[in-house]
Amino acid sequence: MFHRAVEEISTGSDSDYSRCWVSWFLSSKGNEYFCEVDEDFIVDRFNLTGLNSEVSNYNQALELITDNLDEDIQDDLRASLDVQARLLYGLIHARWIVTTRGLQKMLDKYKRVEFGRCPRVMCQQQPLLPVGLTDTPYQKSVKLYCGRCEDIYSPKSSRHAAIDGAYFGTTFPHLLFLIYPNLIPPKSGPPLDSASTMRNEPAEGGSRRRRNVRDEIQEAVAGDGADINTSSVALKVERYRPRIYGFQVNEVAKLQRWQEALRDRQVQRLEALEDR
Amino acid sequence: MPRPADPDPELQEDDNDDDEIMDDQEDGYTSSTTTSTVTWISWFCSLPGHEYFCEVTEDFIEDDFNLTGLNVMVPFWKEAMEMVMDIEPDEDAATKIPDVSIVESSAEMLYGLVHQRFILTRAGLQAMIDKYENNAFGVCPRVLCRSSTVVPCGRSDLPGLDTVKLYCPNCNDIYVPPSSRYQGVDGAFFGTTFAHLFFQSYRELAPAPFYKPPPPPSSTASSPSSNASAIEPASEAFVNPNPYGGQKRAEGAIYYPRIYGFKVSERAKSGPRMQWMRVRPESPEQLDRVDWRGHWIGEYSDDDDDDEDGGEMEMQDFDPDVTYEDDDDEEEEEEEEMQAEPPRASGSRRMVGAAGVVQSARTAPTAAGLRPPAPVKTQAINIPRIASSGQVRVVRQYIPAAA
Repeated sequence: MFHRAVEEISTGSDSDYSRCWVSWFLSSKGNEYFCEVDEDFIVDRFNLTGLNSEVSNYNQALELITDNLDEDIQDDLRASLDVQARLLYGLIHARWIVTTRGLQKMLDKYKRVEFGRCPRVMCQQQPLLPVGLTDTPYQKSVKLYCGRCEDIYSPKSSRHAAIDGAYFGTTFPHLLFLIYPNLIPPKSGPPLDSASTMRNEPAEGGSRRRRNVRDEIQEAVAGDGADINTSSVALKVERYRPRIYGFQVNEVAKLQRWQEALRDRQVQRLEALEDR
Repeated sequence: MPRPADPDPELQEDDNDDDEIMDDQEDGYTSSTTTSTVTWISWFCSLPGHEYFCEVTEDFIEDDFNLTGLNVMVPFWKEAMEMVMDIEPDEDAATKIPDVSIVESSAEMLYGLVHQRFILTRAGLQAMIDKYENNAFGVCPRVLCRSSTVVPCGRSDLPGLDTVKLYCPNCNDIYVPPSSRYQGVDGAFFGTTFAHLFFQSYRELAPAPFYKPPPPPSSTASSPSSNASAIEPASEAFVNPNPYGGQKRAEGAIYYPRIYGFKVSERAKSGPRMQWMRVRPESPEQLDRVDWRGHWIGEYSDDDDDDEDGGEMEMQDFDPDVTYEDDDDEEEEEEEEMQAEPPRASGSRRMVGAAGVVQSARTAPTAAGLRPPAPVKTQAINIPRIASSGQVRVVRQYIPAAA
C-alpha cells in the first residue's frame, strides 16, 4: 500500500492530492467509510490526549499524517510507520466523528448512502451507519448499524470487514440520532432521505446534488425534534411471518406473539411517560 | 420477471449434441466433451447466480402428477419440457419457435416451478440439506446471529413478483442475498414454504425460541459480543421441552446501543424501540404467558387498544369475515367489564368469549343472513352495560326475536 503512495509521489504527479497522506489514505480502496478529519482538529494536541500511549512512534506517525515527515527516513521504518499512522488516524477519526463538524461530514456520507443499505428485507433498503463494538483497537471489525431495525450487520464486502471497529467507535450512530432526532428513520415505508437522493441522482449533476443533500441536512438539522414522538413507532414495524402452506409455524408464531406483547408493553410504558 | 443471463446459443446446440451422444452411448464424440456430457439441469444449476438451486431428479419431472397446473403457467410447455429433459425436439416443432431464448426462459420457469415443489419432498429436502451443510446458502448478515446458516426463501409462490431472499432461523427474518447475481433469481422458484418446512423437518438445526444468557464469566464486559466464548461452557445437552420445536441452542444476544459506554435510555426519542423484535424469553414457559391474540394472560390493563393491532392481525388469519366486526364490540365490552368488576382469570374467558362469537355467527338463524344484521347491533348497543362474555352474545341474539 505504502509503496503505491511512494510511487505516486515519486512519479511527480503534481497535484496536492497525491502529496497529502490523508487524501491518499481516504482514496485508497477499502477506506470508503472514513471521512476527512479537519487538519486543525489533528494539530490541536488536546484532541489527541492519551493516544500517544496507544500508538508507538506516535510523533513520527503524526508527522506522517500531517505530511511533515522527514524525507530521509529508512524505507522499512516508513512501512511500519504507515501502519502506525493508520492506527493513529483511525483513533483520531473515532473522536472526530462525534464532534459537531465530524457528525456533519458523516451525515453527508450517510445521505449519499456510502455505508451501504440494510440487508433486512423489511427495512426497505434503509441506509446504514458504521459502528464499532468496542473502543479499543484490534478487537472487532467495523459493523453497520441500521436506524430502522436498530440492529447491527456485517459489511457485505470483505474489504470493509477488515476495518477496525474502534476507528468508528461504539458511540457514533447513537449520538447522531440523539442529536438529530429528525433523522431517525421511519419504521415503515421507504426510507425518506435515500428516496429523495435517488430521485435527484439521474437528473442533476454531482455538485448540484451535493448542495441539495446539504440543504436537506440543514433542514433536518435545523429542527430540534420537539415535535417528534417515537413512543409508538414500533407498532408500525413490518415483520416477516414464516408460513408453511400459508399456515404460521407454531413455535415461531408463539415467539413472535410474545415479542409483540413485549413491544406493546413498552409502547404503553412510553406513552404513559409521554402523558405525564 | 427475473431471467437468467441469456443462454449462449452455442451451449444450446451443445446440449442437443449431447442428446445424440447419450443416444449413441457415448461413442467417441470427443470434440465437445466438457460441455456435452452435462445435462441441461446440471448446466442450469451451475450457472452463476444459480448456486441455490438443487438438481431436481428426472423421475420427479417425468411424473405428470408433480407438474399438475404448471402447464398453464409456462408458455411453450412442450418445448420447454424437451429442453429441460434434454430430449431432441421434433423437426417441425423447432421451426415454429422464433427464438430459442424464449424457450430458454420458459424452460427456466418450468424448472424453477418444479424446483419449488421438489424441494418440499423428502428427496428435495435431502438435496437441500446437503447444500446447506456445504454452506451453499451463506450466513445471516446480522452480527448477533453469529453466522447462523440461512436458507433460500421466496416471498411468493407465484413467479414474477419478487427475487429470492434468505431466511435466518435464528432471528426469523429474511435478508437480501449479499451478491447482486441473485437479483435475477425468482423467489417463487424456492417458494414460501420450503425454508420453514426445512427447519420443521430438521429440528436439530432450528434454534429454540428461548434463550438463557450464559452466566457472566468473570466480569460483565460491556460489549454484547463478549458473550461469544461463554456459550461453550454450558456443555450439558440442550433440550427444548417442545418436541416439535427447534432443538438447537439459540443465539439470543441482542444489541444495546451505547453512547460513551452508557446504554441509551428508552426514554430518549432516539432510544431503543426495536429490541423486542430480537429478544427471546429465558424459559419456554414464559411464552405461554401470552395468549393466542397477543395479550398477556392474567393481566388487565387499559392497553387493550394498543393490543388490538396485534390481535386483529391474528384474527385475520382465522376467519376474517366472521370475527372482524364482533371483535371490536367484544373489545369494548371487555373494557367495560374491566371497569365494572375486579379482574379474574382472563385468558380462558377471553377464549370462551371469542369462541362464542364465532359460534353464534356460524349458527346464526338463517333469516338473519350471514352476519349479525344491523338492527341487532343497534339493539345490542341499546342494552349496553350488561356485561361481557359468551353468554351475553346469546342474549343479544334473542332480544330482537322477543321484541
